Amino acid sequence: MSQVVLEARNISKFFHDPHTVQVLNSVSFSIQHGEFVSIIGKSGCGKSTLLYILSTMDTEYDGELYIDGINMRGKKESELAAVRNEQIGFVFQFHYLLNEFSVLRNVMLPGQKLGKYPDAEIEHKAYEKLKILGIHNHALKKPNQLSGGEKQRVAIARALINDPLIIMGDEPTGNLDKKNSELVFDIFRELTKQFNQTLLIVTHDNEFAGKTNRIIEMEDGKIIRAL
Amino acid sequence: MNIKLIRDISISLLVARWKQTLVAAIGVTFSITMFIGLLGFMSGLNGLLDGLIINRTAHIRLYNDIQPAEHQPVGSVKEFQGYYNFIHSIKPKNERLEIYNSGAIIKSLLKDPNVSGIAPKITTPVFYTVASIELTGVINGIDVEAENKLFTFKDYVTKGNFIDLKNVPNSIILGKGAADKMLADIGDAIQVTTAQGERMQLKVVGYFQSGLQDIDKVQSYTSINTAQKLLGVSNNYITDIQIKLKDIQTAPALAKVYRQLYGVEALDIQTANAQFETGSFIRTLISYAVGITLLIVAGFGIYNILNMMIYEKMDSIAILKATGFSGKDVNRIFISIALSIGIFGGLLGLLFGFGLSSLIDQVPFNTPALPTIKTYPVDYNPKFYFIGIIFSIVTTYFAGYFPSRKASKIDPVIIIRGK
Repeated sequence: MSQVVLEARNISKFFHDPHTVQVLNSVSFSIQHGEFVSIIGKSGCGKSTLLYILSTMDTEYDGELYIDGINMRGKKESELAAVRNEQIGFVFQFHYLLNEFSVLRNVMLPGQKLGKYPDAEIEHKAYEKLKILGIHNHALKKPNQLSGGEKQRVAIARALINDPLIIMGDEPTGNLDKKNSELVFDIFRELTKQFNQTLLIVTHDNEFAGKTNRIIEMEDGKIIRAL
Repeated sequence: MNIKLIRDISISLLVARWKQTLVAAIGVTFSITMFIGLLGFMSGLNGLLDGLIINRTAHIRLYNDIQPAEHQPVGSVKEFQGYYNFIHSIKPKNERLEIYNSGAIIKSLLKDPNVSGIAPKITTPVFYTVASIELTGVINGIDVEAENKLFTFKDYVTKGNFIDLKNVPNSIILGKGAADKMLADIGDAIQVTTAQGERMQLKVVGYFQSGLQDIDKVQSYTSINTAQKLLGVSNNYITDIQIKLKDIQTAPALAKVYRQLYGVEALDIQTANAQFETGSFIRTLISYAVGITLLIVAGFGIYNILNMMIYEKMDSIAILKATGFSGKDVNRIFISIALSIGIFGGLLGLLFGFGLSSLIDQVPFNTPALPTIKTYPVDYNPKFYFIGIIFSIVTTYFAGYFPSRKASKIDPVIIIRGK
């Protein structure tokens, strides 16, 4: 029995600067638990905008967004932050690791923010996640001592630390060479297979998208194909 | 739990930018150091200058003044009551300067719980006769021991021993200025003449130097008995009762009470020396103004550094927010950075301020006007240290407030998409 983790109902979005432009036009879809979904489309079709709305970071939209069956509208900034902290793992095009902290500490930070477990346990978990991604040897290094592919894997480990409901990625392989891209993709697929992790990845790499369970294709703010 | 995490992140950001942090902290340290040093020094000087007057002045002085009678006889005539009576050419009444019934007044004052000490005194104008020259002067007949206890008379006797005044009959301690004029050395005898024409030989046993030239040129001290002898009066004759109170602030109110109670003039120290209070107040005000200006300048330094840090750390702030840190958390991180700069810099400032104060305290300061002072006076009042640390925390809080608010409002979407 599959279960809906994320549902978008008629989401529309306008940019008002400099002219009013509609970037999203009544977008509706839902994601089941354990799915590996990719959103593709040309540059400017609104796929990233959609992702930021789905991630609760952008709150200026029309329509309804349900995460784990709960409506996100009307929630306070701090409540949305808590949702992101617990339910959503993020992987961006750029790794966004904090150079002041070690790799391990970077992975631990969202876990410490959640505060559900004592620090020692979070550290253990972080180490486990790094191990899954095969970079536990670098745990005590600073992020700026790692290569691009390694950094992106650390970022994935950070997204995993709170065992989120869904992992969202905005062009997670956009900055990586082919070899590293494949590596990251394999990790994602491994996560869905082994841990039944739900994934939602925005990409313009059709080859990458082609290997996912489900492709949502967008054009001019609308879904034109949802397999 | 969360506090510890926020502290960790703040510390890491601080350490990553430790040079700038240090500059900011040094700014605070410098201003607090100067604040403490300046206030301690100013307050020390205030204390010294006030002490010149206050330590040597009775809190309340009881005396009889030559003045017209308060009630004129016409006021007692029945027919003229209810009129305004204009009287011209009133003369002061023939009042003796002696305080009547002084023994009883002293006894009653000694029982008064507000009074910490009493010294009786006779003040009389005299001429010092040197060859054919007559110099005007004032002789104070004092109770040597009481005077020393209340007004540290000993400190102002620069040459000779003050107690000789009591032990040597017919002795005098001359004001330094008067002694210089008369070329009178210790052991010499000088001749004084009272206004009534009485003459007397007095033996010089010491010099007196108050620091106020005008006083030293004129005033001299004898024991109360010598003064009585000089004036040819009985041994209960005194012209002044000097009162020291336990609390100087009660002087004006008590002066009024004593005036009524004993039927004499009573002058309180606040009325007599109003200008000193004003001077002290203005000096303190200036030191506070300078200290606070320094701190505000330091505050701007912190403001700038935090602003720069926030621009540099835009990405980090964005990712913290994306991974679930709320605006409030980010705000707290930067406020705690500002506060730790403030507290660290402030505490160091207190320490250096104390050092500066002790240094000033060691600088020699010799002036003939102030015989008891050997180094610059410094006040180590804990109040200044308290104000200093409170102020450094408050300033840095406000300096951190606006940058922190800005950081908390950073929209992660704009930063992340901008890449």
